[in-house]
Amino acid sequence: MLGGFGICGIPENLIAALVSRGVRNLQIISNNMGIDGFGLGLMLEAGMIDSFVGSYVGENRLLESLMIAGKINVTLVPQGTLAERIRAGGAGIPAFYTPAGAGTAVADGKETRSFDGREYLLERALTADFALIKAWKGDRMGNLVYRKTARNFNPMMATAARITIAEVEQLVQPGAIEPDQVITPGIYVNRVVHGQTYEKKIERRTTREPA
Amino acid sequence: MDKRERIVRRAALELRDGYYINLGIGLPTMVANYVPPGIEVVLQSENGMLGIGPYPLAGSEDADLVNAGKETVSEVPGTAYLSSADAFAMIRGGHIDLSILGAMEVDEKGNLANWMVPGKVVKGMGGAMDLVASARRVIVAMEHTTKAGAPKILRSCTLPITGVGVVDTIITELGVIRVTPRGLVLDEISPGVTAEEVQDVTEARLIRTGA
Repeated sequence: MLGGFGICGIPENLIAALVSRGVRNLQIISNNMGIDGFGLGLMLEAGMIDSFVGSYVGENRLLESLMIAGKINVTLVPQGTLAERIRAGGAGIPAFYTPAGAGTAVADGKETRSFDGREYLLERALTADFALIKAWKGDRMGNLVYRKTARNFNPMMATAARITIAEVEQLVQPGAIEPDQVITPGIYVNRVVHGQTYEKKIERRTTREPA
Repeated sequence: MDKRERIVRRAALELRDGYYINLGIGLPTMVANYVPPGIEVVLQSENGMLGIGPYPLAGSEDADLVNAGKETVSEVPGTAYLSSADAFAMIRGGHIDLSILGAMEVDEKGNLANWMVPGKVVKGMGGAMDLVASARRVIVAMEHTTKAGAPKILRSCTLPITGVGVVDTIITELGVIRVTPRGLVLDEISPGVTAEEVQDVTEARLIRTGA
């Protein structure tokens, strides 16, 4: 599992380390496949990825063309279902019902049930061997805080893997993070890595004119 | 006024004071620029933000602050950040008053298709399936025909659908169409356009108001 939405809040140092190690045959769960040339896109281009579970492929042309050619095993999941499957995985809930995707191709092969006259799909929890996530600040206890929309999938993924590795922009002393402000408590985090460099690319730079 | 601006301005008239709103990527995002005076709405972004501000001034872009289209945005007083699981709990729980999104096809049963063209385009559904399933009201804001001039409002969707019977209203540059149990009702016609002209570029039969 890799945190991030698009290339916002992705563990870019951990991705770079995986690419340099050349680990292969990975099964990836992440909302997106990064973009061509950055984020998870780098791992896809290096041929490291066997399968992908995510919600959106629109910004990675290589992934789209591999999918259409049938050269990669991709499972597309509605984004809210993906987020909740991961949350459920970390919270010990094996499955849950959601209305998202009822009556669509997403429902193929899934158990459905009607509650109060409405159709729901049974969706299974998702867990992983490793979660690679990104936080803004973290301490050696593994307590994490995120910054703005870079939070996205990171807190749920932290809870849903056997080993969670968090890379942080700022490594601080225990106590430096206000206990009230902790988003991910350290119990979920097995390793904290102080990220050395952050490129933090912007996918779509949009600005307004001064008034 | 170009047709995209006409669509967006008309869609903005559907906003009501106090609404919590989710705007889809592209054209629907522009609705935020035309919120009628005296109306206060709160924009939600499913990656994890409640209270989206305008695009930032040049030089103030923040890689950690993006909307669901991965565009840089800004905060407003009262902004809150959420995990993607919380953002979708908000959606699935029926707390979003209105979802405005684009479509490749809509049909007379209120089905819509906007996530893939088999063998050609795979974008992924992102959050669209969750949004259309659970927002209190769903408006499709789109150009009336494809770039080639083919109808997009059909008797029955031909592409893989995003949701079954979920669309309430369709707003195009030619008019406003309500999805009703009787079929599609042409509720408003844009200035300078006749009902016959709208019907000519619509595959589904349109019921005229008062007819």
